[in-house]
Amino acid sequence: MVLFLQQMINGLSVGSIYALIALGYTMVYGIIRLINFAHGEIMMVGAYIAFILAVNTSLPFILILLISMVLSAVIGVLVERVAYKPLRKAPRISVLITAIGVSFFLQNLALVIFKADPKIMPELIEKKPIAIGPLQVGTVTVTTLALSIVFMIALDLFVKRTKPGKAMRAVSEDKDAAVLMGIHVNKTISLTFAIGSALGALGGVLYGITYTQVFPTLGVLPGLKAFIAAVLGGIGLIPGAVLGGFVIGMIETITKAYLSSQWSDAIVFGLLIIVLIVKPTGILGKNEKEKV
Amino acid sequence: MNNKMLKNYAINLAVVILIFTGLMGMMATGMLNKYHQGIIIFILINVILASSLNLVTGFLGQLTLGHAGFMAVGAYASALFSVALKGQMPNLLLLIISLIIGGIAASIVGIVIGIPALRLRGDYLAIITLGFGEVIRVVINNIKITGGAQGLTGIPRIASFQSAFWIAALVILVLYRLTHSKQGRAILSIREDEVAAEAVGVRTTYYKVLGFAIAAGFAGVGGGLYAHYIAFLDPNTFGFMRSVEILVIVVLGGMGSLTGTIVAATVLTILPEALRGFSDFRMLLYSFMLIVMMLFRPQGLFGTGEFSWQTLYDRTKLVHSALRKREKRGGIDGSTGSK
Repeated sequence: MVLFLQQMINGLSVGSIYALIALGYTMVYGIIRLINFAHGEIMMVGAYIAFILAVNTSLPFILILLISMVLSAVIGVLVERVAYKPLRKAPRISVLITAIGVSFFLQNLALVIFKADPKIMPELIEKKPIAIGPLQVGTVTVTTLALSIVFMIALDLFVKRTKPGKAMRAVSEDKDAAVLMGIHVNKTISLTFAIGSALGALGGVLYGITYTQVFPTLGVLPGLKAFIAAVLGGIGLIPGAVLGGFVIGMIETITKAYLSSQWSDAIVFGLLIIVLIVKPTGILGKNEKEKV
Repeated sequence: MNNKMLKNYAINLAVVILIFTGLMGMMATGMLNKYHQGIIIFILINVILASSLNLVTGFLGQLTLGHAGFMAVGAYASALFSVALKGQMPNLLLLIISLIIGGIAASIVGIVIGIPALRLRGDYLAIITLGFGEVIRVVINNIKITGGAQGLTGIPRIASFQSAFWIAALVILVLYRLTHSKQGRAILSIREDEVAAEAVGVRTTYYKVLGFAIAAGFAGVGGGLYAHYIAFLDPNTFGFMRSVEILVIVVLGGMGSLTGTIVAATVLTILPEALRGFSDFRMLLYSFMLIVMMLFRPQGLFGTGEFSWQTLYDRTKLVHSALRKREKRGGIDGSTGSK
């Protein structure tokens, strides 16, 4: 029982990282209907920025985190401006291919700059176990979970209570109507990319600390899983991404601990297939009527 | 088949034979060495894979991201067959039978996956095929018969340039005939407007699954050729990134253009090799060029049209007659000719 609870907490911690990354996917999809394949690479960039800062400076952890998030947000907006914005009226699949191109580009840029071998991430969070009753929980796990929840609440408040948040919701609901209401659509899209990338970078830094290393293809697998999480919860929906992230994290941890670590990926993808067949719009998604 | 079409086929056959003899000649004289020959075989394999995906994505209008899964099924099925029967029959016969087996196996998997998956549309279909592709990879990675993560060895190296060339040509011919048949028009109507197609009596589910199964089968043949050229199979080469590479060829060539696919497969296979001189910067330049090509030509190199000698001939004739008219009206400078 204690072991099971311990695994559950690990699952929550991994799941919160997936949820942070899934938020970026779902927000971008919600606003421009693009599967942003470069998002996993933004996460990797965030992890590398934190790595550089941690090795070369003695800044406190929280400052490193914030700098990494801001810089990644700038890169995310830049990617949107250069590679996606010129194609806003092109077929959607072309944008998908440029997203894949950007993803390759960032991966190979990291490969050229940092080489292929994994770099050890310095211990940004002091590692010691905290005892909660009979449970031993690592500081990294607790910090990851706490930071994720703080930022998720902040995002929720931002989207629901502020004017730019309202604009974001309006644009994802109906872009043309939003323009008529005087909303600056391009600025709103950039803002969405900035927030999504910052959260992705946060996920990247936490991922790097949890697994103690950074490497150029760091973003590929968690990116793919976070994307699945976003679809599972209902793509385009912010609560869906959070729910999906936690579900994927839990299932992955439990299957790895109790069933088989080789088959855990197949189980995660199998679950995705079942959910899509039964309810294609995801757990929280509403069914849309098909129009002629 | 009317005369004009027959003429077209004759011209195309002549061009294909010309290319074949040209390449054979260059190999015989040593202008193309073993390394070049390998690249050409990879181009041909990519042509098979991408043109089959083009049937689903370009002609049927269904975005899928799991094509490498079918390639893997075909590669493993054909390789297991030829490993078992190695040396018991002539190489060419063994290759052909094992490729057919690979194609059928991939086709069956395609039907099994296609029936539930093709109920979904757009991005959801892309995601579910991605899921199926990854499941196939993980399964191959973890079962005994395929050699698991260590890979499958001992495959006879019986695929050559000649066999790859003619198989690729055959695949293109079959796909071309299919897309220009009654079934092909039904498939195109699903791409243009699925609801309208259904309303006029096209059996959309049947044609979607049919298209999917044919594409999966040809992907299996491509996988089988790959297996018998490389002679070693590693399950992780059939991951999501391989599916993406095939999709990139299709989109860059133009969705719904087989000739575009051939050109794009050639360009995108040669490009990373041609950039080898830049060593570390090779893939960086490759991805950069990919983005630039997409930004300047979002509809792909050929759009949905096909390259044909007839249209090229017609166009040059048109230009010629226009020029002649201008000459008659006085002067090619166009001062009086233009309206």
